[in-house]
Amino acid sequence: MLINKRLILAHFWLAFIVFGAALVLGAWQMFERSPLNVWHLNPEFYYRSVTAHGTVMGYVFPTLIAMGFGYAISEAALERPLVGRRWAWAGIALVAIGSVVAMVPVSLGLASVLYTFYPPMIGNVFYYIGVVLVVVGSWIWVALMSINLAVWKRDNRDKPVPLAMFANVAGSYLWGWTAVGAALELIFQIIPTALGLTTTIDAGLARVFFSWTLHAIVYFWLIPTYIAYYTIFPRAIGGRLYSDAMGRVAFIMFVVVAMPIGVHHLFADPQVGAGFKFMQSVFTGLVALPTLLTVFTICASAEIASRLRGGRGAFGWIRALPWENPIMVATALSLVMLGFGGAGGLINMSYQLNTSIHNTQWVTGHFHLIFGGAIVIMYFAIAYDLWPHLTGRTLDSYGLMRTQLWLWFIGMIVTTFPWHYVGILGMPRRMAFYDYANPAISPQAFSVTMSAFGGLILLTSGILFLIVLVRGQFAPRGEAGAYTFAIPLHMPARLPVALNSFGLWLALMIGLTVVNYGYPIGQLMAVRNTSVPAVYVGASR
Amino acid sequence: MSEDELYSPRNPWFSISVGVTAAIAVLSAIVGLIWLPLLQPDLKLSGIWDAICSAAGVPNLPRPAAAVPPTFKTSNVVVTPEMLTRQDQVSIGRGATLAQRCAICHGPQGVSDANSPNLAGQYAAVTYKELNDFKTGARVNVVMSPFAANMTDQDMRDVALYYAYLPRVPSSQLNPGLPPPAIVVTGAPLRNIPPCGSCHGEIDIKAGSPWLGGQSAVYIKAQLQAFAAGTRRNDISEQMRNIARQMTAEEIDQVARYYEAQP
Ligand code: HEM
Ligand SMILES: [Cu+2]
Repeated sequence: MLINKRLILAHFWLAFIVFGAALVLGAWQMFERSPLNVWHLNPEFYYRSVTAHGTVMGYVFPTLIAMGFGYAISEAALERPLVGRRWAWAGIALVAIGSVVAMVPVSLGLASVLYTFYPPMIGNVFYYIGVVLVVVGSWIWVALMSINLAVWKRDNRDKPVPLAMFANVAGSYLWGWTAVGAALELIFQIIPTALGLTTTIDAGLARVFFSWTLHAIVYFWLIPTYIAYYTIFPRAIGGRLYSDAMGRVAFIMFVVVAMPIGVHHLFADPQVGAGFKFMQSVFTGLVALPTLLTVFTICASAEIASRLRGGRGAFGWIRALPWENPIMVATALSLVMLGFGGAGGLINMSYQLNTSIHNTQWVTGHFHLIFGGAIVIMYFAIAYDLWPHLTGRTLDSYGLMRTQLWLWFIGMIVTTFPWHYVGILGMPRRMAFYDYANPAISPQAFSVTMSAFGGLILLTSGILFLIVLVRGQFAPRGEAGAYTFAIPLHMPARLPVALNSFGLWLALMIGLTVVNYGYPIGQLMAVRNTSVPAVYVGASR
Repeated sequence: MSEDELYSPRNPWFSISVGVTAAIAVLSAIVGLIWLPLLQPDLKLSGIWDAICSAAGVPNLPRPAAAVPPTFKTSNVVVTPEMLTRQDQVSIGRGATLAQRCAICHGPQGVSDANSPNLAGQYAAVTYKELNDFKTGARVNVVMSPFAANMTDQDMRDVALYYAYLPRVPSSQLNPGLPPPAIVVTGAPLRNIPPCGSCHGEIDIKAGSPWLGGQSAVYIKAQLQAFAAGTRRNDISEQMRNIARQMTAEEIDQVARYYEAQP
């Protein structure tokens, strides 16, 4: 039952429009730093572009997807209109205004600090204010999700919260807490310096605050994808979800351990003690568990669907899956990319192996494969699945959809495999210029060129995606029926309170944050004379 | 089923999840904060408490008297982005009077005919720092050192603000269309040379870096050679020496000619 269709559609359209723009920048960046670009004269444009691309892809696009999908889930799973419709519109307005406020100084070259802010570099204050507005807009969504859940629970005591809503609220809590780190960094450190109230900044502390956000933000990006795995995929291929409880456990584990592990982004930083790096590595290992649970559950659900369709044999059932169905294609390709990306992630998370790839192009290759690949391809699937329900029109260009999804997959592999490889060869990330004439670098030229072609494939796929959506907007009207989620194989009438509520898990999340971050942050705040002069970017010429 | 039951050790969900989380935290703390550090002989730890402090990242006070002082004077100026950026009419007026002594070499309008640096429109922080370095002996020049020796701190600020206030005048070699050499726009990453333009303008301006446009090519070249040879060493943290040492003679010529031709 989708009621506020315009609200949800507005989120998706805004998300995909900014995504399209940032995709063009990404493809250009690939070309710019490849040997195909014979000579370029102003590296500044590259950093401007990377700042815009990273800010949009990292903050604006996934946030809008999570918000829009979250509202859709709230209405469809709880079967009641969204409470706080006006607030939701205010939230998206804040995100839109924040994006514009942030992008103006970036386009003018006044804030080429990259989306990770990189203090002591300090850009124009409006860039940071814009980012804060985006976050505040998303916090409205966080509040609305828990309010809607509470209102539903009041009328449905002792009933299990539908899995989609449970996961959605888990994601919103995770985001609400994880965004606090970057918010503290921006509000207490960077913005005062950008305003000129102070001229020095404790870059080490700022990096610790950012790491608080940096790991769990990736799970915030991931959660819509996982929700789609659990609640859209089994239904779309005509099967059942293998286990509802397994899904809850996975989302609960994300809430508890996804956040207090961000120091694994600071392995090379001197300001955090080795003991805390070790502790957070251990918990990082733990966060692989919910992903393994998920992969198992989703494969089991696929097997159920296949056997229902007459698939047989130990592996023969794979062939009997409905491969003509775009959601099937997207999920399978997503899992493949998740597998490759996860293997790379094991290298990132181990203290010693990390040193060999730290700050190389491996890292950008890795997160593009996981985020741009495994996650974003499911955003496409979500849009394809929801579109007929939102527009009230048929969406039946299945051939085009499959082509688009396959192109995204191929493009992502062609882009990121060589990208990882040049990282192993030692190519640093975030540089606008490589002298491929140099004998030490020339062996990387071929791989970088290949990546640039991969970027073009991705751009083509992105354009196809927008074409499918636009065609959907103008297709003949067709009733899509009620929007439903996958039905589990066995649905218990009652669930243990632990799997139906969040209090305990939020308490564990906050407790672990205190254990894992309390001392490192407290110590950095207590030690005097740890600030360095701010480096103002794009100041007067 | 009520909430009270959840927060009770009798509820297995509660006891197992809290227990397992706490156990992992405690175990990883013991391994990370005690056991692993004690395994490392290089750390020279005196006991468990020392291991915990070391692994937690408690800062170690540096052992005293380790630093070797340089045998020559280094600049003692601390440059900040705000330094001398405010216009002060009284200061500029005083500076104008004081600057009459400088005019014989640096020109009455702050523009030199004698390959001495042009000071008109130079950032005040830059002029101030150089004067200060001449005074303390961090930079040595037979003509300039005696002039600076008798200047007070206020004198140096006033003169610097005065020159910053004068308009820049392009050199007779002005040619803004001249394409910038690669070293100016991209640097030479493999030799650890950042683009000149990332500090001296065009791309970005960093506090304390002089404006080079319109400066005499002879002067720029002489300074780069002095940095490379180590006869000039008042650049903070060897910023320019590290760059100049890595530049080729040809690049030095190119940048000297390029900057002279800029406004
Ligand atoms: C056509 C597809 C894409 C291409 C060719 C591309 C390319 C690039 C390039 C070249 C960089 C700069 C890396 C560096 O200098 O270190 C970059 C950064 C980034 N990209 Fe993409 N990108 C694409 C799509 C995406 C997608 C789909 C996402 C996520 C939704 C994404 C997220 C990011 C982020 C967050 C950064 C910031 C990286 C940083 O600051 O280190 N990109 N991208
Ligand atoms: Cu991480």
